[in-house]
Amino acid sequence: MPTITPKDLKGKLIAVEGLDGSGKSTQIYLVKRWLELQNVKVFFTEWNSSLLVKNATRKGKKRQLLTPTTFSLIHCTDFADRYERQILPLLQAGYVVLADRYIYTAFARDAVRGCNRDWLRQLYSFAVRPALTFFFEVPLETALSRILDNRPELKYFEAGMDLGLSTDPYESFRLFQKMINREYHDMAKEFGFTVMDASQPVHVQQEQVRQTIFNKVDLPQYRWRVKR
Amino acid sequence: MIVRKQHPLKKFYGKGLPGVDLSKLTGRLVVIEGADGSGRSTQIALLKDWLEKEGHATVDVGLVRSTLVSAELEEAKTGNILGHLTMSLFYATDFADQLENTIIPALRSGFIVLADRYIYTLMARDIVRGSDKSWVESLYGMALIPDAIFYLKVSPEVLVERNLMKDATLDYWESGMDLGLSRNMHNSFMKYQRMIQQEFKRMSEVYHFKEVNGNRSIRAVSRDLQVQFQSFMEEA
Repeated sequence: MPTITPKDLKGKLIAVEGLDGSGKSTQIYLVKRWLELQNVKVFFTEWNSSLLVKNATRKGKKRQLLTPTTFSLIHCTDFADRYERQILPLLQAGYVVLADRYIYTAFARDAVRGCNRDWLRQLYSFAVRPALTFFFEVPLETALSRILDNRPELKYFEAGMDLGLSTDPYESFRLFQKMINREYHDMAKEFGFTVMDASQPVHVQQEQVRQTIFNKVDLPQYRWRVKR
Repeated sequence: MIVRKQHPLKKFYGKGLPGVDLSKLTGRLVVIEGADGSGRSTQIALLKDWLEKEGHATVDVGLVRSTLVSAELEEAKTGNILGHLTMSLFYATDFADQLENTIIPALRSGFIVLADRYIYTLMARDIVRGSDKSWVESLYGMALIPDAIFYLKVSPEVLVERNLMKDATLDYWESGMDLGLSRNMHNSFMKYQRMIQQEFKRMSEVYHFKEVNGNRSIRAVSRDLQVQFQSFMEEA
C-alpha cells in the first residue's frame, strides 16, 4: 500500500483498545466531550459499525456461517468502508478522530481464531497508525465480572463459541477473553501502546488520558475556524 | 476415457487458511479465466457435460455466488458508494466464503471443481485500480493453487462484439467506467480491457496459465480445452 504516515495528515488519530469491560468506551466518550466543549473538530468511530457491511455481518453471525478467515475479512471490509469514507478524509481535513477499537482489535481476535499474524498485518497495512493508542489494562477477573455479573446473553461469536473452547458460553467467553488479553499484551510494545491502569477510578484515568493527549496534540490547531 | 493419476498434494499461494488439512484434498481444482464475453460459462458447461459423461463428479463455482455477501455486493455495485479498497475486500470475503464452504469441501470429497474465474480476475481488477501488488498478493495468499488454469484470451475487438450481441449494452464495471478512462463507454471498455489483458499477460507467466485462443468458434475452443484437460489429468 502507498503507506500514509501520520505526518502526511493534518489531523490526529487517537484509538482506545482493551477487553470488553475494561471501561475504554467510557473513557473515549469523555475525551470526545472534553474536545467538543473546547471547540475541537472531532469525529468518533466505532468498530464494526459501517451500515453497508452490517447486513452481511449480521447474517453471517446469525447463521454461524463465518470461518476465521471470512470473519476477519468481513470486519476488515467494514473497517475499510469507514476508513475510506470517513477516517482518512477527516484526518486529511484536520480532524481529531477518536476510534473505539482499531486494527489491534482485529489483530488480537483474529489471531486467537487462528489467522496468520503476518497475513493480518499485511491485510490492514493500508491503515494509518494512530498518533496515540491507549490500552486499558485491567485484571482479567475484573473485566470478566463486569460483563458476566449481569448474566448477559452472550452471542455465539462474542463468546468465541466458534473456537470450540467450551460448550458453556460463559466458560467459552472467559477462555476467549484470556487469549485476547495475551495478544494485547504481546502487542503493547510492538505498537507502542500507552498502557492505562483501568482499575483506577474513572475520573483519575480520564485526567491521565487528557494530560497525555494535551502533551501530544496541539489542540488549538484543531479548533473550528468557521464561526458556529 | 480419462485416466486419473494419484492426486498431487495441494498448496496455498501464501499463508493459506487455518485448519485445512491439505493431504485430505483429493479432488482437482481447475480454473477458467477470461473477460466477460470470452466464452467462459459456455465452455464450463461443455466441460461439465463431458466430464460427467466420463463419470466424474464436478462442482462449479464462480465469483459473487456466496451466501454470505453476494446480495450486499450486488446492491452496493448499483450505487457508487463503495471505495476501491472496500469493494476489493468485499470480493475477497465472497471468495473466501466460497473457498471454505464450497471449493474445499468438494475437493475433500474428490470432486473436480470447475471455477468460473478465480483470484486472478480479482487481483487484476484491484491492480489496475491502483492497489498495491504485494498487498493484493498477500491477501490472496489464502487461496489454493489450482491444478490447472485455462485462460481464454479474446481480443478487445471481439469482446465488444460478443458483449453487444448479448444485450446490446456494455457493462459499467466491465467497461471500467469507475476509472474515468473516458466518458465514452466504448472507448473506456477498450482501454480498460487492454489494461486488464496487460495484467493477465504478466500473471500468465507468474502463475503458469495455459492460454487458449478464445477468438475461435465454440467447438474449436471446446475441443482444444478437452485435449489440454486430458493431458493435464494424465500427467498430474
